[in-house]
Amino acid sequence: MKKGEVTRREFLKRMGILSGGIVVYITVGDPSGLAQHQRTGRLLAGVPADFNAFLRIGADGTVTCFTGKIEMGQGIITSLAQMLADELDVPFDAIEMVMGDTDLCPWDRGTWGSMTTRFFGPVLREAAAEARAVLMELAAEYLKTPVKQLTAKEGVIFDKGQTGNRVTYAQLTKGNIVERQVKTRPGLKPASEFTVVGKPFPREDARDKVTGKAVYAGDIRLPGMLYARILRPPAHGAKLKSLDTSGARRMKDALVVRDGELCAVLHEHPDEAEKALSRIRAEFDAPKATLDHENIFDHLLKVGPEGTIVSRAGTLESGNKLAREVFKETYLNSYVAHAPIETHTAVAKLEKGKATVWASTQSPFGVKEEIAHSLNLPSQNVRVIAPFLGGGFGGKSSSMQAAEAARLAKITGKPVHVAWSRAEEFFYDTFRPAAVVRITSGIDGSGSIVLWDYDVYFAGSDGAEQFYHIPHHKSVSHGHWRGSAGYHPFGTGPWRAPGTNTNTFARESQIDMMASKAGIDPLKFRMNHLRDRKMWRVLQAAGDKFGWIPLRIPSGRGLGVACGIRSGTYVATMAEVEVDKNTGAVVVKRVVCAQDMGLSINPEGTKLQMEGCITMGLGYALTEEIRFNGGEIFDLNFDTYEIPRFSWLPKIETVIVRAEDSPPQGGGEPPIICMGAVIANAIYDAVGVRLFQLPMTAKRIKEALSRA
Amino acid sequence: MEESIHFKLNNKPMNITVDGERMLLWVLRTDLGVTGPKFGCGQGLCGACTVLVDNEAVLSCQTPVREVNGKEVITIEGLARDGELHPLQKAFIKHDALQCGFCTPGMILKAYSLLRGSPRPTREEIIRGMDDNLCRCGSHVRIIEAIQTAAREMKGGHEL
Repeated sequence: MKKGEVTRREFLKRMGILSGGIVVYITVGDPSGLAQHQRTGRLLAGVPADFNAFLRIGADGTVTCFTGKIEMGQGIITSLAQMLADELDVPFDAIEMVMGDTDLCPWDRGTWGSMTTRFFGPVLREAAAEARAVLMELAAEYLKTPVKQLTAKEGVIFDKGQTGNRVTYAQLTKGNIVERQVKTRPGLKPASEFTVVGKPFPREDARDKVTGKAVYAGDIRLPGMLYARILRPPAHGAKLKSLDTSGARRMKDALVVRDGELCAVLHEHPDEAEKALSRIRAEFDAPKATLDHENIFDHLLKVGPEGTIVSRAGTLESGNKLAREVFKETYLNSYVAHAPIETHTAVAKLEKGKATVWASTQSPFGVKEEIAHSLNLPSQNVRVIAPFLGGGFGGKSSSMQAAEAARLAKITGKPVHVAWSRAEEFFYDTFRPAAVVRITSGIDGSGSIVLWDYDVYFAGSDGAEQFYHIPHHKSVSHGHWRGSAGYHPFGTGPWRAPGTNTNTFARESQIDMMASKAGIDPLKFRMNHLRDRKMWRVLQAAGDKFGWIPLRIPSGRGLGVACGIRSGTYVATMAEVEVDKNTGAVVVKRVVCAQDMGLSINPEGTKLQMEGCITMGLGYALTEEIRFNGGEIFDLNFDTYEIPRFSWLPKIETVIVRAEDSPPQGGGEPPIICMGAVIANAIYDAVGVRLFQLPMTAKRIKEALSRA
Repeated sequence: MEESIHFKLNNKPMNITVDGERMLLWVLRTDLGVTGPKFGCGQGLCGACTVLVDNEAVLSCQTPVREVNGKEVITIEGLARDGELHPLQKAFIKHDALQCGFCTPGMILKAYSLLRGSPRPTREEIIRGMDDNLCRCGSHVRIIEAIQTAAREMKGGHEL
C-alpha cells in the first residue's frame, strides 16, 4: 500500500455500506484537474483510482450523492439531487447530498466558474444511469424476468406486463455489495423523459435555513474550544517592529500565542478575545505607499505584460482604412470586494495526529493540502469539511483562515475557532482586480463596424472575445485577474464571472457609442452585427419583454441595452434609469434580463440566480470600490463600502429562453456581466453623458455632467 | 462586572451570571449555544445578528446583555411553535427567499417585528423597514414577496 492510501474496507466503512449497497464510481472527461491529482498519488487503495464522482444506494434504499462541490447559496444541493432523481427513477426526497467533505467525497478542484451543472452534472447523471443498470440486472435475477421487460419508478422495479411482480431498490441492495466503475458512457435519458429536471423545485436547504438549523463553519462548537483573534498589520506589506502583549496576558483566561509572525489571543469567548487583542501594543513598519485608488490605472498600464491574442480576424490596417469614424476610449474599473455576509471562518481540532477542519471554503481539497503542508501532516490525516457557506462569489476560493485555525489548534492543543472580523474580511479579500480596457473602433459610412482594436489589462481574457461580426478585429488580454507581485498592492482573485464584468462593460459601452454616432437604435445596431442566432434570439426575447421601442440615442428616456456570454450562457439585459442632474444620483427603475442557458435543471433556481446577479450587479455598477493608499485599505465595513439594499431594487423581470434540448450551461454568474454596461448605456440615454469608470458613483456622474 | 441576568430565551427561563457589558450576540452564540443569530459586521451595519427582544427586532451585536434582563428574547430557533413553522418561515420557503441563508434569520426576525407594527405593510413600507438588513446574494425581490405573503396569511389576527 502506498503512503497516504486508505484501505478499501475502510473506504466502504466510511461509505456505510459494509452491510450492503451499491457504489458507482465514475470518471469522464471532466476538466477538473483529475490527472494532476492522480500524479500527487494521494489515492484510495482498493477502489478505482481515477474516479471523480460517485453515489451510493444504501441497504435501506436511500440514495446518497457524494460530491466535493459545496453549497454557498447557488442551489446545487437541489439541482444535483433533481438530476439524480430523474436518472435513477427515485423520488426527489429519497436523495441525500453529502458535500464538501474530503474524507467522504472524491477529489474536486473547487466550486466556481458556473461549472457544477455544466461539467459535474453529466458525470453524476452517468453514475446514476449506471447504478440504475446494476439495479435492473439484480432485479432481473430476483424477479426472474429479463431486463427488457422491466421498468423502474420511484425506487421500485417492476415487470411491465405484470406490475405485481416487483422489487424495491432497498430489497436489491440489502446484503449485496456491488461496486461498479463506469468506463463507457451509459445512455442518458432524453429531456422529454424528465419528470423532476426542468421543474421548479423549492430549495432542499430552505427549511434548515429558515429555522436556524443550517450549520455554517462558525456554528461548530467543540468541547474546550477557544476563539482566536489574530494580530493584523495596518497595511499589506507592513512588518512587525515591536510587540507588547503584557496587557492581553493580564486578562483573565486569555491565552496569548506567538509563533513567528503569527500573534493571536485566544479565549473561550470571542468577544473577550477581541478585548484582549485590543490590549496588545504593536508597532509596524509599513512600506512607503506609492499606489492608491486614483493612480492605480496608470500603474497597471505601465506594468501590463505583453498580451495574448484572444480573438482576431482581418487586419487592423484594413479596418482603419475603411473607418469613417474612429472611437478611441479607455475604460476603468476599481477593485471590488466579494463581501459575503459570512466572513471567512474555520474551526480546527487536532486529535491523535489527525486534523479536522470545518471551513467556509469553496475549495475544501485545496485547503486540505494547505493545512497538511502547514502542519507538516500527511495529507490523509487532514479532513476538511465545508458546511453551508454564507456566500462565496469566488472570494472563498482562497481560505487562509482554515490554516490559521489549524495552526493555532496545534499550538494550543485545543480546538480553535477563527472567524475574521469584517475589517479582516475586507483587508484579506482577494478583490476583483482594478483593470483597464483600451478600445479603438471604427464604423464606415453605412454604420457598420469595420475596426475593433481591443486591449484589456488585468481583468483577464474571459468575455474579451469578440462575438460581433466585424471584418477587422483583434482582442488582446494583458495579465490575469489572479494577483501577482508587482501588479497589485494586495491580493486579487476570481469575483463572480471573473473578467467578464469588466470586458462586457467596456465592449458594450463602446458598441453603444458607435450606435449613437451612427444614428441607429442600439438594439438594432447590435443585431446588425450579429451572425450568431443565439444572441439574436436572446436580445429579441429581452426586447419583447421590455417593450423596446427603437430610437436614436440619447433619447432622454433613460433606456439601455447590453449583452454578453458567460460560461456558455447568452445574456441580454435592458434597463431603465432616472438620473438626478443636480446630484448625479441614479435610480435604476427596471431591469429585464433574458438568458439562454440550454436546459435549465431548476427553472425556479435559475430565476433566483438571475435576480441575484442583477441585484448584486447594481453594486459594482454604482457604488462598490475599494479605496486604499499603498497596502492600507480604507473601506473596511458596510458603512463606506455600500452594497445593494432593498431600497435600490428595480423592478426585475427575467426570461429563460427555452432551449431544453441543449445541454445545461452556467447559471450562477451570467446575468451579472451586463450590469455595468446596461446602466452606463441607460445613463447615456437619459442625460447624454457617458461614464468610462466603474463604479458610476453620483460624484462621477455629476462630474461627467459638468464637463458636458 | 459579573452580574446575574434573568430573561426568557425562546420560551425557556434563563439565569446566567456574566459581565453585563458583553454583547447579547456573543452570549447567545457562545455561552448559550444558540447559533441562529449570525455575526456579519460587528458594528450594527448588516442585520445578520437580529433577534427579538420583547418582540422588537434588535441588533444583538450592539446590545449589552444587561439590557435584556427581565425581558423575552426570541431567536430564529424559537419562532416555530410546536414544530409548526411561523407564516414568515413558510413564506420564505415558498418564495425561495434565500440563497446562502446567512442573512435569513435576521431577515425573518426583522420582518416579524415590522409586521407587528404594521400588519398590512405596503411594498414601500417593507422596503423602508427592511433596508438596514443586508443580503449579498440578492434575494431581496423574493424576501419582499415572502413578507407580503406572510402578511396576507396572518391577516385575521394570527398570533404574532
